[in-house]
Amino acid sequence: MISYIIRRVIAAVILLLVVTAVTFCIFFLLPRLAGQTADQLAQQYIGKSPSAADVAAVKHNLGLDQPVYEQYWHFIKGIVTGADYHFGPTTLHCNAPCFGYSFKNHVAVWPELTQRLPVTASLAIGAAVIWLLSGVTIGVISALRPGSLFDRAFMGVALTGVSMPMFFTGQLALLLFTYQWPIFGRTYVPFTENPAQWANTLIPAWCSLALLYSAIYARLTRSGMLETMNEDFIRTARAKGLHERTVVGRHGLRAALTPIITVFGMDFGLLLGGAVITEKVFSLHGVGEYAVQGITDNDLPKVLGVTLLAAFFVVLFNLLVDLLYAAADPRVRLS
Amino acid sequence: MCEYEAATAACAGRSSPAGKGQSRVTAPIETTGSAAEAQPEAVLSGTQGERIEGRSLGRIAWNRFKKDKVAVVGGVVVILLVLLAALARPIEHLFGLDPNQFHQDLIDPNTSLPKGGMGGMSASHPLGVEPKFGRDILTRILEGSWVSLVVAFGSTILSNVIGAVLGVVAGYYGGRVDTVISRLMDTFLAFPLLLFAISISATLQGGAFGLNGLPLHICVLIFVIGFFNWPYLGRIVRGQTLALREREFVDAARGMGARGPYILFRELLPNLVGPIIVYSTLLIPTNIIFEASLSFLGVGIQPPQSSWGGMLSQAVNFFEVDPQYMIVPGLAIFVTVLAFNLLGDGLRDALDPRSR
Repeated sequence: MISYIIRRVIAAVILLLVVTAVTFCIFFLLPRLAGQTADQLAQQYIGKSPSAADVAAVKHNLGLDQPVYEQYWHFIKGIVTGADYHFGPTTLHCNAPCFGYSFKNHVAVWPELTQRLPVTASLAIGAAVIWLLSGVTIGVISALRPGSLFDRAFMGVALTGVSMPMFFTGQLALLLFTYQWPIFGRTYVPFTENPAQWANTLIPAWCSLALLYSAIYARLTRSGMLETMNEDFIRTARAKGLHERTVVGRHGLRAALTPIITVFGMDFGLLLGGAVITEKVFSLHGVGEYAVQGITDNDLPKVLGVTLLAAFFVVLFNLLVDLLYAAADPRVRLS
Repeated sequence: MCEYEAATAACAGRSSPAGKGQSRVTAPIETTGSAAEAQPEAVLSGTQGERIEGRSLGRIAWNRFKKDKVAVVGGVVVILLVLLAALARPIEHLFGLDPNQFHQDLIDPNTSLPKGGMGGMSASHPLGVEPKFGRDILTRILEGSWVSLVVAFGSTILSNVIGAVLGVVAGYYGGRVDTVISRLMDTFLAFPLLLFAISISATLQGGAFGLNGLPLHICVLIFVIGFFNWPYLGRIVRGQTLALREREFVDAARGMGARGPYILFRELLPNLVGPIIVYSTLLIPTNIIFEASLSFLGVGIQPPQSSWGGMLSQAVNFFEVDPQYMIVPGLAIFVTVLAFNLLGDGLRDALDPRSR
């Protein structure tokens, strides 16, 4: 058990290093390989129409004039210990963890990310509750009666759900439920201020996001359940006279849920790292919207920060899922 | 349901056309008496004078697919859409349509909305005109269709090539090769895909590999979407290869002196065409949505080139006062994606009945 946990933690650390390395390559190496000069690259970190002195300063601060491995070392060191940026006489400090520094607005990215995280977390948690409950329930009922009216109707709905892009469902939901019939509010209210108002404004976003995910989860649960219910241990459970509810709930669902938990860990981690599209559609000022802002303002450090955060969350939730397995599955625990 | 292996014997008797008595069925040796005398024709009398014939796996799959009405409809819609996208530019030329032509006369200068309500629908603009500039929506949808499908097909092909090659190599060689490739797949699956795609598209926006403008954006999109999506197919191909490499025909090829690459590409891959086709068909709709999402976020296809995602991103500013501008491209994406999904589901049921 202990050795399993240690192995998973080491694997997670390695994965984190790989993901940060890839992020580094995307932001600093790939543009150079594609033919951009160091100056052009530096310009992308300042925004539109910078002065020549700014370009030189940024180039030097990011170490773009140094070899790649030095740049990578600075990059990693900045995340762990923080970094100093020099602009002529002034020195600006970016505290650890330095997820980037917006040269355009002269602010560090990390504090802004932590400020926005509650919004993204509210969105992700609410949607996750809805999609897990509805998706798994629909999947199980469909799998127990394959080909029935319920099964066909809900699988049809699920197929529709996966075929609708988020930015279309979201706009439809906004149009119908905040404009045509103004049931729900538009402007986000923090949970700590007014929980009822908080839920009220988030429901359209939760439901649009949950429609997409519960469709995927319903299909996943259904196929997993169909497979599990044909296994020998289900027959054994029935043969020894267990109640059908126990067979389905404690034997069937338990085995079918394992792959779903894996997918869930990954999806949830990704969402925490920024539900980019949903946040843009519903104008929620969360982490993902920060990345969009970075794109429209030509402020790459913002995008870099969000990407790193997302990578971190994905790795973290992968690890959590692995540890959860150890607690739930005796085969993992004893190996 | 007729399963794969048993198909020719059991299913053929049920449904295939068969003539009388052409094939001679011999009674088992142990049978004696009247049973041995029995005419083979009598055995076949239940098939109403139909002829038994052997059928290939493809034929069986096709017959099964034909019965699935929904999938057939999806397939027809897909064919129509592909034709429409391929002919988009010629159609525009033929009818003198320009997706970027402004019609300021149709726009109310005070509200910048189309005149006359209904999103500016008229005989010359059947789907209306967009707010502000008054460009014809139908033409822009048509123009957006080929961009969307080129990116979706291109990226699907790219991830198929990477996924199929790495998957079959991992599955066949096993051991350390398999470990490395499998770890690679796990790592890729743990990437924040959308954010990576956004970042790459954003950093390469200015120009890359000597390309510029529309060709650059299309290439970047194909690369970004295709390069990160391959592990899904890779896993499937690897799993199937693991099962296939133990089969006799692989032993036979090896016994005749065939080497790795020959076995991989001439023996194993042809047997994997079924799953590859199915998962490509299911990957295309995902990639269509992916492309539209990137264009929606402003890192995909850039204006003035029209794209479905770009139209929806414009529509965000108008959806309350001119919902039509949002609904038309939204429905275009929805119908396309749904058609591909229906076709893909149908193909999967037809080619691999166990996965139902």
